[in-house]
Amino acid sequence: MSPTVADFFHNSFRLPESLAYLTAAVIHCVLIILVVAVGALLFIWLERKVSGRIQDRLGPTRVGGAFGWLQTLADGIKLIAKEDITPKDADWLLFKLAPYIGFAASYCAYIALPFADGWAARHMNTAVFFILAVLGIEVFSPILAGYASGSKWSLFGAIREAAQVVSYEVPLGMCVVVPVFLCGTMNLVTIGNMQAGLFTNWLVFNDPFTFVIAVVYFTCATASVNRAPFDLAEAESELVAGFHTEYSGLRWSFFFMAEYGSMFLVSGLAAILFFGGWHGPIPIGEILGDFLAYVVTPLVGIVAWLLSFVFKNVHTADHVAVAGHIANSLGCLNFLLKGLIGVTVMMWVRWTLPRLRIDQVMTTCLKYCVPIAAICFLGALGWRVADWTTGADIPLVGIHYGKGGRGMVRESWVEQTQSAKVAENDVPDAPITDPNASDGPTGSVEQSPDELLTMKGGDQ
Amino acid sequence: MSGSNLVERLSQQFGEKITGSNLEAIDPWIEVTPQGIVEVTRYLRDDPDLQLNLLNCITGVDYFIADEKKAKKAGWDPHTEVVYHLSSTKNKHTLVLKVMLPRWKDGVEGELPEVPSIAGVFSTANWHEREVFDLSGVMFTGHPDLRRILCPEDWIGHPLRKDYEMPLEYHGIRGR
Amino acid sequence: MATQLDDPRIIEFDVRTDEMLVNMGPQHPSTHGVLRLVLRTDGEIVSEVEPHIGYLHRCAEKIGENLTPRQWIPYTDRMDYLAGMNMNLGWALAVEKLVDHELSEKAKHLRVILAEMGRIASHLVGMGAYGLDLGTFSPFLYAFREREKILDLFEEACGARLTYSYLTPGGATADLPNGWLQKCEAFLEQFEPIIQEYHALLTTNAIFVKRTASIGVMSPEMAVDFGCTGPVLRGSGVDYDLRRDGEERYTEMYDGYAFEVIVQKDGHYPRDHDYPAVPKEAVLGDCWHRFYVRMLEVVQAIDIVRQAIDRYSTASGDYGVPIKLTQKLPKGEAYLETESPRGQMGFYLISHGDSIPWRVRARSSSFCNLSVTSDLCRGCLIADVPAIVGSLDLVMGEIDR
Repeated sequence: MSPTVADFFHNSFRLPESLAYLTAAVIHCVLIILVVAVGALLFIWLERKVSGRIQDRLGPTRVGGAFGWLQTLADGIKLIAKEDITPKDADWLLFKLAPYIGFAASYCAYIALPFADGWAARHMNTAVFFILAVLGIEVFSPILAGYASGSKWSLFGAIREAAQVVSYEVPLGMCVVVPVFLCGTMNLVTIGNMQAGLFTNWLVFNDPFTFVIAVVYFTCATASVNRAPFDLAEAESELVAGFHTEYSGLRWSFFFMAEYGSMFLVSGLAAILFFGGWHGPIPIGEILGDFLAYVVTPLVGIVAWLLSFVFKNVHTADHVAVAGHIANSLGCLNFLLKGLIGVTVMMWVRWTLPRLRIDQVMTTCLKYCVPIAAICFLGALGWRVADWTTGADIPLVGIHYGKGGRGMVRESWVEQTQSAKVAENDVPDAPITDPNASDGPTGSVEQSPDELLTMKGGDQ
Repeated sequence: MSGSNLVERLSQQFGEKITGSNLEAIDPWIEVTPQGIVEVTRYLRDDPDLQLNLLNCITGVDYFIADEKKAKKAGWDPHTEVVYHLSSTKNKHTLVLKVMLPRWKDGVEGELPEVPSIAGVFSTANWHEREVFDLSGVMFTGHPDLRRILCPEDWIGHPLRKDYEMPLEYHGIRGR
Repeated sequence: MATQLDDPRIIEFDVRTDEMLVNMGPQHPSTHGVLRLVLRTDGEIVSEVEPHIGYLHRCAEKIGENLTPRQWIPYTDRMDYLAGMNMNLGWALAVEKLVDHELSEKAKHLRVILAEMGRIASHLVGMGAYGLDLGTFSPFLYAFREREKILDLFEEACGARLTYSYLTPGGATADLPNGWLQKCEAFLEQFEPIIQEYHALLTTNAIFVKRTASIGVMSPEMAVDFGCTGPVLRGSGVDYDLRRDGEERYTEMYDGYAFEVIVQKDGHYPRDHDYPAVPKEAVLGDCWHRFYVRMLEVVQAIDIVRQAIDRYSTASGDYGVPIKLTQKLPKGEAYLETESPRGQMGFYLISHGDSIPWRVRARSSSFCNLSVTSDLCRGCLIADVPAIVGSLDLVMGEIDR
């Protein structure tokens, strides 16, 4: 197991365990806030730039020098300076509360989202479930905002949002279940690591059904975060601005932070569930494995050895881990890029398509998405049971783990983790190329993966 | 169909309800009594030769000069006209009907002159008559929903009447 | 809900929600200005729509009673501010009809060029704004990008970009500048292929078709009954276009021009160009057809402008001599309608022999087109209201005058 941040503080600075965990939590929170807030800044700027280019305009060009990259910050400052108006008819408390609920939900879901192998604020064996559940809470924000605004247009927006998001949870859940049963775990880190290797290992190419499911997932995800063409809750040509008609200033901008936050979240989830997570399409790191092992690692080892004068308690084996962290940083970039691509696709769709009508949105969900998801669910299940060849079998480069299909991936992974557990005390760090490098128990509250698997029905 | 033929035909059909015509005008027109306007327009719309199925416009015109000296020179008595412009999308011809009304009903100032509504013949007349009522002050009897349309509902007076005076003040806004 | 049920046993079957009265406008993104629609809704279903107008009433007719015809031209610009050229033309022709002024060939072709360019500009806005009503923003900017070039041309011709006051009774205020025709031709050359982009983004887009086909269906009888004109009338399949069927004084401008009225006849539209096919879902008289007619009229206008440029450059005569500012008008009255982009724009002029008309009347096309709204919107969804109102392509300045 790799040491957590809390362990690091506990071991290196000899903080009491409780304080170490608190410090770690604060660091995690700040990091995620940075991701959400800076992400929102970036995405709003990106949205303006993308829409500008799509519409034959330039978009922001001035603030912050080139490309107007500080435009959002300037807007944010303007929004902070604006008056925060509460309408007379509004339900005061709920009106004030609603934006924060949305932001908090979007933010909380990030806790379980791994940005690279093991880079999650909190390792959860049920991360998929947690993210979906917490994202579901986000719907309260528009509903409360619409209800509390005391405006009829806001109320329409709220009711539309309620009907739409609740309906789309169904196909969304069905889509998410497919990677979960293919990998046999709800742990996002494990799901991500199982797709290591060539891009044919990605679950989207596992079989035709998962390919369709990935498309359905993206559609439903777009709908559940209220992006065009499903942005009925804030349809400006019908409902003025929908649920946030009466909001102004910073409070209004919180809705947008939440929206862009969850946009990246669902894109990131798609990246992990279907598109290989933090693994690039071609495993350069593994191809260069020898190079890493014989050239880079000793270099890193020297650096780590120098560092060890500062942090006396670093084990010698941690030198290798430092190289692992470098690989992980690249993986994190990979993951962010994939999420960014998802977000950009959402923007592209938004600035191209007209908006659907409410009944058509519901039809899309209930008549198309749900049946297609259900059929693909059964199809993927059948594919798995019949153990037909999968994308993972295409022998382009013989360095991936799943020689016998996705099922074999899982079994070989279970074997490895079991043997790793036996040898846990001897080898605290898994090698870089091990797909399960930082998977498994990281905090005291979590179960080990094999315990989880045994719990889930003993399919061994 | 030439103008004189048409006038003859309408006179035969409606007798005294056709009170006159001017065929030399730039747009030849036929004068109809207020009582006859509904029947005449319905006939014009349904007659297979005419098929004047499109009501282009209804206009209210006020003939009134406040200055008595000038009024004598004008060559007409004060009155209000309602002008109907009709055309046919099938036969591609047009027709103008006029209804002459007193400026005030029974000569009592403030009582609007009345003419039957043709909203039952042409649906578009609904809004046109509301506009004429609003601006020119003609009461269309039998209209389903005769309210002001361009001016605010509590506006006083009918602005396109020649004796109209802008109010001094409207809800605190200076008028003149 | 305040209704009292006679039979209390049926209350359990009454699942309707409270009816709500909602104000759409006068400040609303999709009402094209200051139109106010009062909706009576049952949830998302609209049971009644009541348009309230007059928020942009500027007493144009009353002002016209105090100005000479030439002085009133700027007021016509401001009625249908998206097609100022066509409004100038309508008023100029009505005045010419009253004073019986004959135009030279050159002036006629000049007017055709400008009127049809104005039609293109107006339909571009109509198209873009309709996309906006349906929630897509980009076609709006694509439309405005091209319209901007037309406005540049207009600016070069008359100095104004929106309120032209260019075509006056008697002709035009000035001749076209040198090189204008070449620029205009270059624009048409560049613009024509772009129409395919609009078709791809809107006309044939699956969501667009879903949102507009079979929505707000208006039968030809209903369209005529409500006095709807222009693309709204032709979208219902009524073959009536004043450029062909109008008064002599107007149609002679288009004498000898080859153009076909854009209307669905015998189940198909004119096939002189490569138009996208009518989707299966579309019913004659629905929002999609109204939109489609407008798109086809843009192509038609391009053809007409090309012909007019050829004829203008060889035509004899002067671009026209504007009538004097204080010219005495003959006694009489004249009514003339022209085919403006939104429908038939009529001007009625009564003169008692002064230089100032006794009564001026503007028959506005959008006014009649709007009056059909409450009948079209009955029983539709809230999202259909902007779709239907947008398909009528209203300009509030023209409705309220």
